[in-house]
Amino acid sequence: MVAYHKTYHRTFLLLLLALVLTCLLNIRIGSVYIPLDQVLSALCNGEVDKESWRAIVLDYRLPKAVTAIIVGAGLSISGLLMQTLFRNPLAGPFVLGISSGASLGVAVLILGATFLGANLAIYPATNWGIAAAACAGSFLVLTAVMIAANRVRNTMSILIIGLMFGSFTAAIISILAYFSSANALQQYLFWSFGSLGNLNWREITTLFSVFFAGTLMVVFIIKPLNSLLLGENYAESMGVNIKNVRNLTLLATSLLTGAITAFSGPIAFVGLAVPHLTKLLFSTSNHKTLVPAVAISGAIVMLICDGISQVPGSEFTLPINAITSLFGAPIIIWLLVRKRTLHY
Amino acid sequence: MDTQDTSLIRTAALSIGYRTKKHTNCLASDLDIGVAAGQLISVLGQNGIGKSTLLRTLTRVQPALSGQIFLQGQAIEQLNRSDLSQHLSLVLSENLPESNLSVFELVALGRQPYTNWLGTLTDKDLKAVYRSLEQTQTQHLAKMPARELSDGQRQKVLISRALAQDTPIIVLDEPTSHLDLHHTIHIFSLLKELATNHQKTIIVSTHEVNLALSLADQLWLMSPGSFIAGKTTDLIDSEALDRLFDSDLIHFDKAQKQFNIQQTH
Repeated sequence: MVAYHKTYHRTFLLLLLALVLTCLLNIRIGSVYIPLDQVLSALCNGEVDKESWRAIVLDYRLPKAVTAIIVGAGLSISGLLMQTLFRNPLAGPFVLGISSGASLGVAVLILGATFLGANLAIYPATNWGIAAAACAGSFLVLTAVMIAANRVRNTMSILIIGLMFGSFTAAIISILAYFSSANALQQYLFWSFGSLGNLNWREITTLFSVFFAGTLMVVFIIKPLNSLLLGENYAESMGVNIKNVRNLTLLATSLLTGAITAFSGPIAFVGLAVPHLTKLLFSTSNHKTLVPAVAISGAIVMLICDGISQVPGSEFTLPINAITSLFGAPIIIWLLVRKRTLHY
Repeated sequence: MDTQDTSLIRTAALSIGYRTKKHTNCLASDLDIGVAAGQLISVLGQNGIGKSTLLRTLTRVQPALSGQIFLQGQAIEQLNRSDLSQHLSLVLSENLPESNLSVFELVALGRQPYTNWLGTLTDKDLKAVYRSLEQTQTQHLAKMPARELSDGQRQKVLISRALAQDTPIIVLDEPTSHLDLHHTIHIFSLLKELATNHQKTIIVSTHEVNLALSLADQLWLMSPGSFIAGKTTDLIDSEALDRLFDSDLIHFDKAQKQFNIQQTH
């Protein structure tokens, strides 16, 4: 008996191959020229001509590539979850107000400090400090959104509530920024550019643990997510507890997006665009296929964006947030014009 | 549990409607309905009379104002979600959200109450999906994206999905509202066939009054302040049908067994 659903083994194999290649390419690219064979032997702990190359590859480029993979995969899964839950192709990982919450936390830490008269020279915001502030901020806003969400029956209202919290926090940040020093403003602005290269292995381990927990939750909601493709009423008639699934989905998204935003800043567009790109390769709505596909594609896209932001052959590193949107926006426009419709 | 109860669905003093904090809007009350297996039941009545509300209450989408509903002798509120999904399946009048689902995948979703935590289809599930596609004669559509179906095809596929769910009761809310006469008749004869040959109990709300009169085993007539359930043949002989529409323009002709427009000379 033939099941009329494709399995996409070949597409997955090609995608994994592409992931390995982009990962190597990503590590190869940087302001210091290192030949590919040297990169490989540094990665395999072999002989390297210059000891500094080993340090560059293992302590700077490899962590950055691993961060890019986690960030790309996590944001893309979150985007897919939100698009299915809200049955809206414009939903992304940040519709719940997570990035605005994180921004608020960081803004209060950096901008609020000068607002209260603290001297930045003796009060530098560390990675962990910023991550903690971002976590606290997104947790605060997310809790507010969740409380509101549990009081409304209509899932679409949650979307609007998330957007409202977004504008609310943006307004507070504007006011904080208005009263801040140029120094503090610059530090905040740099955080909002997003960055993949600032993490050491300990921070990456923390990020990965949260990513793993979030993804594990997603695996358990694959089946109800599929039934949600027919709408909430049908899903409920097939035995799905909508409220539980909704809460689990929101929780998984906040874990994934929250941790990523805390460590690497609000990285735009990937979560919104990658699910759409992936559905071009995999013309299915089955989340059993889509979740891993979106994760791998997201990782590839993030590695490529990071490679571009290194501006190969130069010493500049452009803000990653600008690169994702710079290339993401035209691609989505092209897709819309070509395919005319986006499905979710 | 009442083991003497042979009816698939039974209600006791059921009242349906909406309750807000300020007031209660009761659409029908004291309903005592009993439904046996293998029956095609049509719910008739004008727009806004509470047909959908009745179906929503019977399927536990919304709570009853008072009274009780029993499915095969068990009180409906005591069933858990997954039990309920093995008693009742739905065909709703709402639009499907856009997706990449193929017809096969859509129908296979009906197997969710039986599949494992990942929704993997076993051979038994595949067989059930194929059987339900066959029963609605939609096998040839299996590979098609569901969003490309015509209105008539979509209704048949949605009925397939309900069949794949393998429940003794299927509830349909105005399944023919967008269809032309040809497809409407086709859907109704399909429902009749499923009830007669496959022992399904099918409850369908509809505005196709004349079609319901000729095919349904039972009618539930809803008009302001009254609810009448009975065999179609009995109701045709009574005056109940003439009172269904509160209008001078429509009149029920017992001899022709259909509604006619009242000629005003």
